[in-house]
Amino acid sequence: MAKIRGSIVVNVERCKGCEVCMVSCPTGTIAMAKEVNGKGYNYAFPANPDLCIGCASCAMGCLDGVIAVYKTKI
Amino acid sequence: MFEIAGIREIVKPENLAYRKSDLLTENVMSYCPGCGHGTVHRILAEVIDELGLQSDTIGVSPVGCSVLMYNYIDVDIQQAAHGRAPAVATAIKRLLPEKFVFTYQGDGDLAAIGTAETIHACNRGENILMLFINNGIYGMTGGQMAPTTLVGMKSSTSPAGRIAKTMGSPLKMTDIVATLPGTYYVTRQSVHTPANVRKTKKAIRKAVQYQKLDRGTCFIEIVSNCPSGWKMTPVQSNKWMEETMFPVYPLGDLKTPEE
Amino acid sequence: MEKELRLMKGNEAVAEAAIRAGADGYFGYPITPQSEILEYLMEANPEETTGMIVLQAESEVAAINMVYGGAGCGKKVLTSSSSPGISLKQEGISYIAGAELPCLIVNVVRGGPGLGTIQPAQSDYFQSVKGGGHGDYKMIVLAPASVQEMADFVDLGFELAFKYRTPVMMLSDGAIGQMMEKVYLSPQKKRMTTFPDWATTGKKATRPRNIITSLDLESNGQEIFIQKLQDKYNLIKEQEVRYQEFQTEDAEYLLVAYGTSARVCQKSVQIARAQGLRVGLLRPITLFPFPSKRINELADHLKGILSVEMSAGQMVEDVLLSVNGKVPVRHYGRNGGIITTPEEVVENLKSIFIEA
Repeated sequence: MAKIRGSIVVNVERCKGCEVCMVSCPTGTIAMAKEVNGKGYNYAFPANPDLCIGCASCAMGCLDGVIAVYKTKI
Repeated sequence: MFEIAGIREIVKPENLAYRKSDLLTENVMSYCPGCGHGTVHRILAEVIDELGLQSDTIGVSPVGCSVLMYNYIDVDIQQAAHGRAPAVATAIKRLLPEKFVFTYQGDGDLAAIGTAETIHACNRGENILMLFINNGIYGMTGGQMAPTTLVGMKSSTSPAGRIAKTMGSPLKMTDIVATLPGTYYVTRQSVHTPANVRKTKKAIRKAVQYQKLDRGTCFIEIVSNCPSGWKMTPVQSNKWMEETMFPVYPLGDLKTPEE
Repeated sequence: MEKELRLMKGNEAVAEAAIRAGADGYFGYPITPQSEILEYLMEANPEETTGMIVLQAESEVAAINMVYGGAGCGKKVLTSSSSPGISLKQEGISYIAGAELPCLIVNVVRGGPGLGTIQPAQSDYFQSVKGGGHGDYKMIVLAPASVQEMADFVDLGFELAFKYRTPVMMLSDGAIGQMMEKVYLSPQKKRMTTFPDWATTGKKATRPRNIITSLDLESNGQEIFIQKLQDKYNLIKEQEVRYQEFQTEDAEYLLVAYGTSARVCQKSVQIARAQGLRVGLLRPITLFPFPSKRINELADHLKGILSVEMSAGQMVEDVLLSVNGKVPVRHYGRNGGIITTPEEVVENLKSIFIEA
């Protein structure tokens, strides 16, 4: 059976580090960076990229339109 | 633009599943981290984009946190005086009836200073979409009590919590306008989870499409958060909203067209 | 096309002139003594003929904000009210000035403060020419003295409003609004079909989005904008001063009066001249911009100026500023809705300047 693989792209400077994407993600793909962006926020990033299924829950929940989602069948 | 991608091989144009609409501009929104305004802007921009209405849309922004909406949504926008957006939109729609006209207001703007304009626009059945962001507080001025503040809820002007006897009870504008013959579609939604975002987007899409029918006012309340004003983290605020706001402002349709 | 002659109230003339000027929308709220404007328009139902929208708003506040919305779309829109209602509109007028929107606001003045009286007065002069609402703005103020001018100044008001992107006020009063005179009405104009490039008419691919706002959180930007407004007002002062003179050539004493008071003073000039007094009248037609320069010129040959107003003395301050101490300037006026008689004006002129 084909497996769905996904990947997110985070626009780092637009992120405000609210963590809503992280709790919206059903697979635990996202974590908050220890580093901060230009505005001083600990931005979201795909800490566990292999877990991403491209469901776009993070992007739907994102308050700032930061996340783009890609997915494909492998 | 500094971006971080998960797996580079997957990030190809043909694999794109979701990206914000270009109608949500590249300007970084002035909202606090975790504020629901950003999501409502995003899905509103998406609906306008998906329905191909950019050149036919005129929005009206309020006074409050979303006063600068015109920096974030790439459509023609008028910024109204505090509470007067429905009056402004009334004239726009009457004079340009073929355009899609929406208002965007917070609870202070719509339910306090603009109560008369809200009720009378709905009572005349102005053929506009009114978006009402209810987070139970005045955000921009620093977290004062709003007409929608819950009983017992602390704010900078109800430091011991709102007392119903002296400060009134939460004003349910959506329930009020649903009773008016002029309204066509009235619903209360939220944007705090991906599922709720999808539902709200669906509601907005419906309301935009209803405007073509010229049957009356569509009114969508979005129960939202104010992490800064509530003094919570964004994630805490969403949980608190579910537990405390939703019992007073239950989600769901209050008035649906007979189809 | 020939002008049509009719006998009308001043208020009715405004309403009919608005239709004929090709106005796109009128937004009003009842208040004495100007309710005939809204009533006339509702009866005329121009939506069926010219397509002009007429709407009774829930308040004067809503009405002026409807004007904001319509004007922001580049449409020709107007509202009308009387003094207490105009007070309510001040916030909206300030926003309209701040967003640089063209519109016409008609004030059929009654006495105040507060609920005051429903009788005519000229006590809204300060409110009209000095700002009224908050912030560094002005609006062009036209003062009709006849039913004919109430009709004519609708068209003129719109013309100036669009020329300068500014609110224009027609400052009438309850006497001119209510009285009937013959009036020549202009032929029907077509409503505009093209709109200014700044108007919110839906963002086209060919232009950036249009934003109507008076907000600028950047101090530098706001200061530049305020200066731009002042430059506009200075241009208006240079180009749009309007006034009428009556027997000023050899006058030793000058009456300055607008609107209903100017009608009274015209008679006062005749009475005074019959008594051998060389009295003239200057009637400002624009109250902002005020005919300061002309009054200053005339002052070189005058012994005194009497500002005659149905107020406790408001325009007199602008007359004083105009002559800058060259000649004595005094005020005479009645209040409470009482219209002064021509004889009273002459008696006061004599007692103030001659017998004193």
